[in-house]
Amino acid sequence: MSALLQVEGLSVQFATDRGPVRAVEDLSFSVAAGETVAMVGESGSGKSTAALSLLRLIEPAGGQVSAGRILFDDVDLLGLSSRQLRGVRGSRIGMIFQDPMMALNPIFTIGWQISESLREHLGLSRRAARDRTIELLQRVGIPAPEQRIDQYPHNLSGGMRQRVMIAMALACRPSLLIADEPTTALDVTVQAQVLALINTLKDEFGMAVLLITHDLGVVWETAQRVVVMYAGRKVEEGSVSDVFERPEHPYTRGLLKTARLTDDRAGPLVEIPGTVPNAFEMPHGCRFAPRCAQAFARCEDGVPPDIKVAVGHDVACLLAERAP
Amino acid sequence: MSATLWFVIRRTLQVIPVVLAIAALNFLLLHLAPGDAADIIAAQSGGASAEFTAELRRSFGLDLPLYQQFFVYIGRLLTFDLGFSNVQHRPVFDLIAERVPATLLLMVVSIGFALLIGVALGIISAMRHRSWVDSVVSVIALLVYATPQFWLGLMLIVLFSIMFGTLPSGGMMTIATDMSVWERAVDIGRHLILPSITLALFYVAVYARLMRASMLEIYTFDFVTTARAKGLSETRVGLVHAASNALLPVITLAGVQVGHLLGGSILIETVFGWPGLGRLVFDALLQRDLNLLLGILFISSIVVVLANLAVDLLYGFLDPRIVHQ
Repeated sequence: MSALLQVEGLSVQFATDRGPVRAVEDLSFSVAAGETVAMVGESGSGKSTAALSLLRLIEPAGGQVSAGRILFDDVDLLGLSSRQLRGVRGSRIGMIFQDPMMALNPIFTIGWQISESLREHLGLSRRAARDRTIELLQRVGIPAPEQRIDQYPHNLSGGMRQRVMIAMALACRPSLLIADEPTTALDVTVQAQVLALINTLKDEFGMAVLLITHDLGVVWETAQRVVVMYAGRKVEEGSVSDVFERPEHPYTRGLLKTARLTDDRAGPLVEIPGTVPNAFEMPHGCRFAPRCAQAFARCEDGVPPDIKVAVGHDVACLLAERAP
Repeated sequence: MSATLWFVIRRTLQVIPVVLAIAALNFLLLHLAPGDAADIIAAQSGGASAEFTAELRRSFGLDLPLYQQFFVYIGRLLTFDLGFSNVQHRPVFDLIAERVPATLLLMVVSIGFALLIGVALGIISAMRHRSWVDSVVSVIALLVYATPQFWLGLMLIVLFSIMFGTLPSGGMMTIATDMSVWERAVDIGRHLILPSITLALFYVAVYARLMRASMLEIYTFDFVTTARAKGLSETRVGLVHAASNALLPVITLAGVQVGHLLGGSILIETVFGWPGLGRLVFDALLQRDLNLLLGILFISSIVVVLANLAVDLLYGFLDPRIVHQ
């Protein structure tokens, strides 16, 4: 079965005064139609950069995809003209962001912002776009949409704003939704509601979701598969149940421990010692080696290859090689 | 809708204390100057007696306590009575009222021109950031910014009036009686071109630089990424999503600069013989016409206050967040 989204060997770099910095290196993963894939990692792991670069939104920020392919429905998005790319953005791939207050334009009404997509991609009339926008607002659970449609982002609560973002991203019924930390900026009580909404709409619209998050609890509750990122590289990938129950990479294990999803929550807080390496001083070998309790000499020799430990479960760690 | 109305009312009422403060300052300036109107008239009449001067004081109300004189002064302001020019022998208000329209015309045209061209250049520079267009606009803006206005005015006169002979070198209209309304408008328009360009160019440079910087900052905001992720063209992202937000600081600055512009127009009016407040200030200064000077000070302060009110109301219209604060 060919995947809806297939990313192969993606590298993204930023030009800086001290030379190019690789924010994402040799990243490969896929998302099947109707599937939810989570990409996890701490700040600076390159997960948001990777998400932005899928729609080539990283270029205006000074980033550049230096290698790889991004196949969406078997078409390489990196090869599209800007006009063709615009036909994909917002129409076949929708995107929502971390902070809906910042992601909505403060001086236009929410209705105007949602219907802009509809008029742009579907060529709807003002009237038709408005009707459709009211439907969408209703669908994402905004009460009294006929009144809300003429309000501005600052009139709405954080949760409502993220619902507006979701309505905007789904306006043209995309087959893939990229959600970059969609609940991070929201109150804890609202987070679950927004995630539940994304899940419901995913089933209803039959779309796939690429969920970028640092919250393993969110991964466990919503995703089928998970990609673990560390310092710009993928360290482990597999089904959520495999990775959570049998984590192979020491970093994944560390993450799961710090998240305390199953452990006794009364114990002391756990942390992974050390910090993410500086982008200018990346280790030659495994990037986690300097923080890894189980590292050995060969870890520093070269980048560890992806090793298959089970069907659909890969890990980039030499320890897996030695396992029986 | 009621929030908007409330905002307009609230903001308009804020003008009252400001105007009162200006009136008080004006009043104090008047009384800080040595001597009063009675002294001046007495001196002009040549050898007036002390009784005559005291009589004059009583008739002008100058013998009353200062606070009572202030209330009288406010009362007179409310009836547009700004006193009498003893030099020109006419009421100050009439002298100013004759000149205000010409100055307002020059200012409104100049600021409109400056905003239009400055904002357009700023948008183009930002949307073509680091291209040759951006560099050319930046260099021109810096050159214009550094050019003294009076010199620029004189050079424009040399170029367009003397060498090409296409535009009049000064004045506001041709002296003729047989012009239709339309011909008169065109005539004033032709006289307006050089002074308004001279006055506006500096502000074109200021607004172009500010608009560019403001646009570039807005470009880093998340909602611009959202607009791109929606599949909008880069032109639409720039013109609709970024420029509309970037305009707010430019409008603010334009409002603040109205006073500055009024000062600049005094200089330009002198260069171009434009019959506005500028010439009146110039004459009043030379002839030590204190009443007239204070009257002009008061009226120009009011113009600045009203301009700022207009900008704030416009701001509330452009940025819906303001209304709700």
